Amino acid sequence: MIDLGPHAAFIVGAYAAVTIGVLGAILWVVFDARRVAGRLAALEARGIRRRSAGSSAS
Amino acid sequence: MSLDLAAKRPNWFARLANPGQFLAWSRPLVWPLAGLTTLLFVVGLYFALLDSPPDYQMGETVRIMYIHVPTAILAEGIYVVMALAALGTLVWRHPLADVANKAAAPLGALFTGLALISGSLWGRPTWGTFWEWDGRMTSFLILFLIYLGIVALWRAFDDPGRAGRVIAVFTLVGALDIPVVKFSVDWWNTLHQGASIDLMGDRHMADSMLLPLGLMTLAFGFLFLTLYLVRVRTEIFRRRAESLARQAAASAAP
Repeated sequence: MIDLGPHAAFIVGAYAAVTIGVLGAILWVVFDARRVAGRLAALEARGIRRRSAGSSAS
Repeated sequence: MSLDLAAKRPNWFARLANPGQFLAWSRPLVWPLAGLTTLLFVVGLYFALLDSPPDYQMGETVRIMYIHVPTAILAEGIYVVMALAALGTLVWRHPLADVANKAAAPLGALFTGLALISGSLWGRPTWGTFWEWDGRMTSFLILFLIYLGIVALWRAFDDPGRAGRVIAVFTLVGALDIPVVKFSVDWWNTLHQGASIDLMGDRHMADSMLLPLGLMTLAFGFLFLTLYLVRVRTEIFRRRAESLARQAAASAAP
Protein backbone atom coordinates (compact mmCIF):
# COMPACT_ATOMS: atom_id res chain seq x y z
CA MET A 1 0.00 0.00 0.00
CA ILE A 2 1.34 3.41 -0.95
CA ASP A 3 2.38 5.58 1.99
CA LEU A 4 0.74 8.99 1.55
CA GLY A 5 2.46 10.57 4.53
CA PRO A 6 0.98 12.77 7.25
CA HIS A 7 -1.56 14.44 4.93
CA ALA A 8 -3.04 11.20 3.60
CA ALA A 9 -6.57 12.20 4.66
CA PHE A 10 -6.49 15.26 2.37
CA ILE A 11 -5.19 13.26 -0.60
CA VAL A 12 -7.69 10.43 -0.10
CA GLY A 13 -10.48 12.96 0.48
CA ALA A 14 -9.70 14.83 -2.75
CA TYR A 15 -9.54 11.63 -4.82
CA ALA A 16 -12.71 10.30 -3.17
CA ALA A 17 -14.63 13.52 -3.89
CA VAL A 18 -13.56 13.55 -7.53
CA THR A 19 -14.33 9.81 -7.92
CA ILE A 20 -17.82 10.25 -6.44
CA GLY A 21 -18.44 13.29 -8.64
CA VAL A 22 -17.26 11.59 -11.83
CA LEU A 23 -19.12 8.32 -11.16
CA GLY A 24 -22.25 10.25 -10.23
CA ALA A 25 -22.03 12.24 -13.48
CA ILE A 26 -21.58 9.07 -15.55
CA LEU A 27 -24.58 7.41 -13.88
CA TRP A 28 -26.72 10.52 -14.33
CA VAL A 29 -25.77 10.94 -18.02
CA VAL A 30 -26.45 7.25 -18.77
CA PHE A 31 -29.71 7.21 -16.78
CA ASP A 32 -30.96 10.40 -18.48
CA ALA A 33 -30.04 9.06 -21.95
CA ARG A 34 -31.93 5.81 -21.33
CA ARG A 35 -34.95 7.62 -19.89
CA VAL A 36 -35.22 9.97 -22.88
CA ALA A 37 -34.65 7.14 -25.37
CA GLY A 38 -37.41 5.16 -23.65
CA ARG A 39 -39.80 8.13 -23.81
CA LEU A 40 -39.09 8.69 -27.51
CA ALA A 41 -39.51 4.98 -28.29
CA ALA A 42 -42.84 4.92 -26.40
CA LEU A 43 -44.15 7.90 -28.40
CA GLU A 44 -43.02 6.36 -31.68
CA ALA A 45 -44.60 3.03 -30.68
CA ARG A 46 -47.91 4.90 -30.47
CA GLY A 47 -47.50 5.65 -34.15
CA ILE A 48 -46.55 9.30 -33.73
CA ARG A 49 -43.94 10.32 -36.29
CA ARG A 50 -42.05 13.57 -36.71
CA ARG A 51 -43.36 15.67 -39.57
CA SER A 52 -39.80 15.99 -40.83
CA ALA A 53 -39.07 12.26 -40.53
CA GLY A 54 -37.82 10.97 -43.81
CA SER A 55 -35.89 14.08 -44.75
CA SER A 56 -32.36 14.63 -43.49
CA ALA A 57 -33.24 17.95 -41.88
CA SER A 58 -34.71 17.57 -38.44
CA MET B 1 -40.19 16.84 -57.56
CA SER B 2 -38.33 15.32 -54.70
CA LEU B 3 -34.99 16.62 -53.57
CA ASP B 4 -32.53 13.79 -53.17
CA LEU B 5 -30.39 14.97 -50.28
CA ALA B 6 -28.60 11.65 -49.93
CA ALA B 7 -27.11 12.03 -53.41
CA LYS B 8 -25.50 15.32 -52.48
CA ARG B 9 -22.92 14.80 -49.78
CA PRO B 10 -23.23 17.63 -47.24
CA ASN B 11 -20.12 19.61 -46.38
CA TRP B 12 -18.48 19.29 -42.96
CA PHE B 13 -20.29 22.29 -41.53
CA ALA B 14 -23.67 20.93 -42.57
CA ARG B 15 -22.75 17.58 -41.05
CA LEU B 16 -21.85 19.30 -37.80
CA ALA B 17 -24.79 21.69 -37.84
CA ASN B 18 -27.62 19.36 -38.69
CA PRO B 19 -28.97 17.46 -35.65
CA GLY B 20 -29.85 14.41 -37.76
CA GLN B 21 -26.37 14.31 -39.28
CA PHE B 22 -24.83 14.83 -35.84
CA LEU B 23 -26.74 11.87 -34.43
CA ALA B 24 -25.53 9.72 -37.31
CA TRP B 25 -21.81 10.46 -37.07
CA SER B 26 -21.59 10.71 -33.29
CA ARG B 27 -23.19 7.34 -32.52
CA PRO B 28 -20.21 5.10 -33.43
CA LEU B 29 -17.87 7.40 -31.49
CA VAL B 30 -19.40 6.96 -28.02
CA TRP B 31 -18.04 3.52 -27.06
CA PRO B 32 -14.51 4.01 -28.51
CA LEU B 33 -14.29 7.32 -26.65
CA ALA B 34 -15.48 5.64 -23.43
CA GLY B 35 -12.83 2.92 -23.90
CA LEU B 36 -10.05 5.43 -24.55
CA THR B 37 -11.13 7.45 -21.48
CA THR B 38 -10.99 4.33 -19.28
CA LEU B 39 -7.55 3.40 -20.62
CA LEU B 40 -6.20 6.91 -20.05
CA PHE B 41 -7.53 6.91 -16.47
CA VAL B 42 -5.95 3.52 -15.70
CA VAL B 43 -2.52 4.58 -17.01
CA GLY B 44 -2.83 8.13 -15.65
CA LEU B 45 -3.81 6.97 -12.14
CA TYR B 46 -0.96 4.45 -12.16
CA PHE B 47 1.57 7.22 -12.73
CA ALA B 48 -0.26 9.73 -10.52
CA LEU B 49 -0.50 7.47 -7.48
CA LEU B 50 2.20 4.81 -7.86
CA ASP B 51 4.94 5.83 -10.24
CA SER B 52 5.67 9.50 -9.59
CA PRO B 53 7.80 11.04 -6.85
CA PRO B 54 6.62 13.22 -3.96
CA ASP B 55 7.38 16.92 -4.33
CA TYR B 56 10.41 18.22 -2.44
CA GLN B 57 8.27 20.90 -0.75
CA MET B 58 4.68 19.64 -0.82
CA GLY B 59 5.50 15.98 -0.27
CA GLU B 60 2.79 13.48 -1.20
CA THR B 61 0.08 16.16 -1.39
CA VAL B 62 1.38 16.99 -4.89
CA ARG B 63 -0.71 14.00 -6.01
CA ILE B 64 -3.81 16.17 -5.57
CA MET B 65 -2.45 18.25 -8.47
CA TYR B 66 -3.17 15.37 -10.86
CA ILE B 67 -6.91 15.75 -10.29
CA HIS B 68 -7.09 19.43 -9.36
CA VAL B 69 -5.37 20.88 -12.44
CA PRO B 70 -7.30 18.79 -15.04
CA THR B 71 -10.67 19.60 -13.43
CA ALA B 72 -9.72 23.30 -13.26
CA ILE B 73 -8.65 23.29 -16.94
CA LEU B 74 -11.99 21.68 -17.85
CA ALA B 75 -13.88 24.23 -15.74
CA GLU B 76 -12.48 27.02 -17.91
CA GLY B 77 -12.40 25.06 -21.17
CA ILE B 78 -16.04 24.01 -20.96
CA TYR B 79 -17.03 27.62 -20.43
CA VAL B 80 -15.17 28.58 -23.61
CA VAL B 81 -17.15 25.86 -25.45
CA MET B 82 -20.38 27.31 -24.02
CA ALA B 83 -19.40 30.87 -24.98
CA LEU B 84 -18.73 29.71 -28.57
CA ALA B 85 -22.11 27.94 -28.53
CA ALA B 86 -23.70 31.20 -27.30
CA LEU B 87 -22.16 33.01 -30.28
CA GLY B 88 -23.55 30.23 -32.47
CA THR B 89 -27.02 30.93 -31.06
CA LEU B 90 -26.91 34.71 -31.36
CA VAL B 91 -24.89 35.24 -34.54
CA TRP B 92 -25.40 32.19 -36.74
CA ARG B 93 -28.58 30.72 -35.21
CA HIS B 94 -26.86 27.37 -35.47
CA PRO B 95 -29.46 24.63 -34.83
CA LEU B 96 -27.19 22.76 -32.45
CA ALA B 97 -25.85 25.79 -30.57
CA ASP B 98 -28.57 25.90 -27.88
CA VAL B 99 -28.22 22.18 -27.36
CA ALA B 100 -24.42 22.53 -27.12
CA ASN B 101 -24.76 25.16 -24.40
CA LYS B 102 -27.41 23.30 -22.41
CA ALA B 103 -25.58 19.95 -22.57
CA ALA B 104 -22.28 21.42 -21.35
CA ALA B 105 -23.54 23.52 -18.42
CA PRO B 106 -24.03 20.79 -15.76
CA LEU B 107 -20.72 19.16 -16.71
CA GLY B 108 -18.96 22.52 -16.38
CA ALA B 109 -20.58 23.06 -12.98
CA LEU B 110 -19.47 19.59 -11.88
CA PHE B 111 -15.82 20.02 -12.88
CA THR B 112 -15.69 23.52 -11.38
CA GLY B 113 -17.09 22.15 -8.12
CA LEU B 114 -14.56 19.30 -8.14
CA ALA B 115 -11.70 21.74 -8.79
CA LEU B 116 -12.90 23.87 -5.85
CA ILE B 117 -13.13 20.87 -3.50
CA SER B 118 -9.80 19.32 -4.54
CA GLY B 119 -8.10 22.73 -4.43
CA SER B 120 -9.45 23.38 -0.97
CA LEU B 121 -8.23 19.97 0.25
CA TRP B 122 -4.82 20.72 -1.28
CA GLY B 123 -4.72 24.21 0.22
CA ARG B 124 -5.13 23.13 3.84
CA PRO B 125 -1.90 21.08 4.11
CA THR B 126 0.16 23.33 1.79
CA TRP B 127 -1.06 26.86 2.65
CA GLY B 128 -2.59 26.17 6.04
CA THR B 129 -6.10 27.18 4.95
CA PHE B 130 -9.00 25.63 3.06
CA TRP B 131 -10.03 28.95 1.55
CA GLU B 132 -8.79 32.47 0.97
CA TRP B 133 -10.78 35.27 -0.65
CA ASP B 134 -8.05 36.06 -3.15
CA GLY B 135 -8.34 36.77 -6.87
CA ARG B 136 -8.03 33.22 -8.21
CA MET B 137 -10.28 31.50 -5.70
CA THR B 138 -12.94 34.21 -5.67
CA SER B 139 -13.12 34.44 -9.49
CA PHE B 140 -13.26 30.63 -9.66
CA LEU B 141 -16.12 30.55 -7.14
CA ILE B 142 -17.92 33.16 -9.28
CA LEU B 143 -17.40 30.86 -12.30
CA PHE B 144 -19.08 28.05 -10.33
CA LEU B 145 -22.03 30.33 -9.48
CA ILE B 146 -22.34 31.40 -13.15
CA TYR B 147 -22.52 27.73 -14.17
CA LEU B 148 -25.22 27.09 -11.57
CA GLY B 149 -27.09 30.16 -12.85
CA ILE B 150 -27.03 28.82 -16.42
CA VAL B 151 -28.21 25.36 -15.29
CA ALA B 152 -31.04 27.02 -13.32
CA LEU B 153 -32.01 29.24 -16.28
CA TRP B 154 -32.27 26.23 -18.61
CA ARG B 155 -34.68 24.67 -16.10
CA ALA B 156 -36.69 27.87 -15.68
CA PHE B 157 -37.88 28.35 -19.28
CA ASP B 158 -40.58 26.31 -21.00
CA ASP B 159 -39.71 27.50 -24.50
CA PRO B 160 -36.18 26.31 -25.39
CA GLY B 161 -35.90 28.81 -28.27
CA ARG B 162 -36.43 31.84 -26.04
CA ALA B 163 -34.32 30.29 -23.29
CA GLY B 164 -31.48 29.78 -25.77
CA ARG B 165 -31.21 33.47 -26.66
CA VAL B 166 -31.49 34.75 -23.07
CA ILE B 167 -28.96 32.21 -21.82
CA ALA B 168 -26.59 32.94 -24.71
CA VAL B 169 -26.46 36.60 -23.62
CA PHE B 170 -25.98 35.58 -19.98
CA THR B 171 -23.21 33.13 -21.01
CA LEU B 172 -21.33 35.81 -22.97
CA VAL B 173 -21.55 38.28 -20.07
CA GLY B 174 -20.31 35.54 -17.73
CA ALA B 175 -17.39 34.87 -20.10
CA LEU B 176 -15.80 38.07 -18.77
CA ASP B 177 -14.87 36.01 -15.69
CA ILE B 178 -12.69 33.61 -17.71
CA PRO B 179 -9.75 36.00 -18.33
CA VAL B 180 -10.06 37.12 -14.69
CA VAL B 181 -9.67 33.49 -13.53
CA LYS B 182 -6.76 32.94 -15.93
CA PHE B 183 -4.79 36.10 -15.16
CA SER B 184 -5.78 36.60 -11.52
CA VAL B 185 -2.52 35.02 -10.38
CA ASP B 186 -0.58 37.61 -12.41
CA TRP B 187 -2.75 40.64 -11.61
CA TRP B 188 -3.02 40.28 -7.85
CA ASN B 189 -1.06 39.02 -4.92
CA THR B 190 -2.44 35.58 -4.28
CA LEU B 191 -1.80 32.42 -2.33
CA HIS B 192 -2.40 30.45 -5.50
CA GLN B 193 0.71 29.72 -7.51
CA GLY B 194 1.12 30.98 -11.06
CA ALA B 195 1.06 28.76 -14.14
CA SER B 196 3.59 25.93 -13.93
CA ILE B 197 3.30 25.10 -17.59
CA ASP B 198 3.52 27.73 -20.27
CA LEU B 199 2.93 26.13 -23.65
CA MET B 200 4.91 28.93 -25.32
CA GLY B 201 7.80 29.08 -22.89
CA ASP B 202 9.45 27.53 -19.88
CA ARG B 203 7.97 24.85 -17.72
CA HIS B 204 8.71 24.55 -14.06
CA MET B 205 7.97 20.90 -13.51
CA ALA B 206 9.95 17.66 -13.66
CA ASP B 207 9.08 15.18 -16.43
CA SER B 208 8.18 12.59 -13.77
CA MET B 209 5.31 14.88 -12.70
CA LEU B 210 4.51 16.27 -16.12
CA LEU B 211 3.74 12.78 -17.45
CA PRO B 212 0.95 11.92 -14.94
CA LEU B 213 -0.38 15.47 -15.20
CA GLY B 214 -0.54 15.23 -18.99
CA LEU B 215 -2.14 11.77 -18.89
CA MET B 216 -4.73 12.79 -16.31
CA THR B 217 -5.53 15.98 -18.23
CA LEU B 218 -6.09 13.88 -21.36
CA ALA B 219 -8.18 11.38 -19.37
CA PHE B 220 -10.44 14.11 -17.96
CA GLY B 221 -10.60 15.76 -21.39
CA PHE B 222 -11.79 12.56 -23.04
CA LEU B 223 -14.18 11.93 -20.13
CA PHE B 224 -15.78 15.30 -20.83
CA LEU B 225 -15.86 14.64 -24.58
CA THR B 226 -17.60 11.29 -24.05
CA LEU B 227 -20.15 12.61 -21.57
CA TYR B 228 -20.72 15.71 -23.68
CA LEU B 229 -21.39 13.70 -26.82
CA VAL B 230 -23.97 11.57 -24.99
CA ARG B 231 -25.53 14.66 -23.38
CA VAL B 232 -25.88 16.45 -26.75
CA ARG B 233 -27.43 13.32 -28.28
CA THR B 234 -29.81 13.00 -25.30
CA GLU B 235 -30.83 16.64 -25.60
CA ILE B 236 -31.62 16.24 -29.32
CA PHE B 237 -33.71 13.14 -28.52
CA ARG B 238 -35.43 15.00 -25.67
CA ARG B 239 -36.45 17.82 -28.01
CA ARG B 240 -37.73 15.29 -30.53
CA ALA B 241 -39.74 13.57 -27.79
CA GLU B 242 -41.18 16.90 -26.62
CA SER B 243 -42.09 17.80 -30.18
CA LEU B 244 -43.79 14.41 -30.67
CA ALA B 245 -45.65 14.79 -27.37
CA ARG B 246 -46.92 18.23 -28.50
CA GLN B 247 -47.90 16.76 -31.86
CA ALA B 248 -49.78 13.94 -30.12
CA ALA B 249 -51.53 16.40 -27.80
CA ALA B 250 -52.50 18.65 -30.73
CA SER B 251 -53.94 15.78 -32.78
CA ALA B 252 -55.84 14.44 -29.76
CA ALA B 253 -57.46 17.83 -29.10
CA PRO B 254 -61.05 18.14 -30.43
